[in-house]
Amino acid sequence: MKLVTAVIKPFKLDDVKNALESFGVHGITVTEASGYGRQRGHTEVYRGAEYTVDLVPKVRIEVLVGDDDSEDVIEVIVKSAQTGRIGDGKVWSVPVETVVRVRTGDRGADAL
Amino acid sequence: MTPSSGDTAWVLTSAALVLLMTPGLALFYGGMVRAKSVLNMMMMSFGALGLISVLWVLYGYTLAFGNDVGGGLLGNLDFAGLSGLLAADPLGGVEGEAAGIPPMAFVGFQAVFAIITVALISGAIADRARFGSWLVFAGVWATLVYFPVAHWVFAFDGYTAEVGGWIANDLKALDFAGGTAVHINAGAAGLALALVLGKRVGFGKEPIRPHNLTLVMIGAGLLWFGWFGFNAGSALGAGNTASVAWINTLVATAAASLAWTATEKVRDGHATSLGAASGVVAGLVAITPACSAVNPVGAILVGIVAGALCALAVGLKYRFGYDDSLDVVGVHLVGGVVGTVLIGILGTSNAPAGVDGLLYGGGVDQLWRQAVAAAAVGVFSFVMAFVIGTVIQKTIGFRVDEETEVTGVDLATHAESAYELGSVSGTGYRPSVTATTRERVEA
Repeated sequence: MKLVTAVIKPFKLDDVKNALESFGVHGITVTEASGYGRQRGHTEVYRGAEYTVDLVPKVRIEVLVGDDDSEDVIEVIVKSAQTGRIGDGKVWSVPVETVVRVRTGDRGADAL
Repeated sequence: MTPSSGDTAWVLTSAALVLLMTPGLALFYGGMVRAKSVLNMMMMSFGALGLISVLWVLYGYTLAFGNDVGGGLLGNLDFAGLSGLLAADPLGGVEGEAAGIPPMAFVGFQAVFAIITVALISGAIADRARFGSWLVFAGVWATLVYFPVAHWVFAFDGYTAEVGGWIANDLKALDFAGGTAVHINAGAAGLALALVLGKRVGFGKEPIRPHNLTLVMIGAGLLWFGWFGFNAGSALGAGNTASVAWINTLVATAAASLAWTATEKVRDGHATSLGAASGVVAGLVAITPACSAVNPVGAILVGIVAGALCALAVGLKYRFGYDDSLDVVGVHLVGGVVGTVLIGILGTSNAPAGVDGLLYGGGVDQLWRQAVAAAAVGVFSFVMAFVIGTVIQKTIGFRVDEETEVTGVDLATHAESAYELGSVSGTGYRPSVTATTRERVEA
């Protein structure tokens, strides 16, 4: 099994969610995040004092998938989150040792 | 004698309008600080509401409006505890014919001026003041500075007592609603306290951004609304003077808001909401002394000058390195000086309480009187506030320690946090908070 994590632009969340649903992913976890990559931040001006805001709001999506699906899921996220402009984010996956469904106690692929 | 019911109704209504300015100021200031210190910011205004009201009734009114003790400097103690005012004769109507208002209406109207003047100062020491020390400062400063200065500026001979203050009667500087007594007074005291308390941690290095600009705009709106009572109410009667002051208060404020945002657009590239709200307050400050001394076109000029000049003046603190956190100096001191001095230039005898200024053939006679009044109040307030603040800092301490300041003065000083906000899901669940009850209830 793999944990696929994506950090994307907040306004692309709906597109990514819909694309993952169409692909057949049954559950995702979404958190609000902030950070910066090559995009860096932006500037704000209050009463003439200019501030550089380093951290930009982002959305972090986590999906647990079977080993065979992970490349496809990554592809789905990249396609649906892409605008082609700087700051689109990153997607990565890591191996997962165990998954348990809390309600039933199912383990492994059955728990996905 | 029976007082004029119309005048009395207007002055009592105006007093209530001016009272609302202080909660409005609490919103205006509160939105500009960070979320961790908004309660402390608002409490400094609410603390002034409590303390100054009580002091005003006990001895503030009599020090300001009792008969002069000599030199136009201070009132005597005839009205201590408002004695003798429960059923006194009406105070003379400013507009001539009418029988005027009961002294108690005047007491109330002037009380709310004292409150807001003290509250204005708190903007200079945002995020870092101990609440108890602030209250001590508020009481001592009101006693030693505001009550005497209100006597100088607002106590006219023969109104509440036979002899009044030196600025109103001897210098004859025009200050209709408090450009000197309220705004220069509070601005100079704010500068002194900003110097005494020192810069906030991270000032000029880290971003210290306003946490809620919608509060700032609501606050500015309430200030503008209440200010109609402040300025038009200062006519102390419901007639032409009040009406002219009302229109000037509308149009100068509007012009100042435009001028501030235009200045920003040219300098920074964007017209900001904080700029629009700040321009409103700068315009209100500047038209305060001048609202019955200029015509409406003059009021627009007062607003434009104040809006543009204050927008530039708020940057001075970074250049000179004093942390006047919410720009009490840049808005109230500068705006107050602009309005007070411009009377000497734009004043016209066609206005209800005006004298011809430089542009209307009056020469520099009124101009120097205005400048002397502005300088006298500013210097007196600055020196006194600096001394009072320093004594408090050296004895009981005025500023919170650094750890408290960084974690947030709200939690340390008031044991509260302003906002309980949930995350994405909106549940408001905070794992670090567990419920305990202080008292056990027996069933």
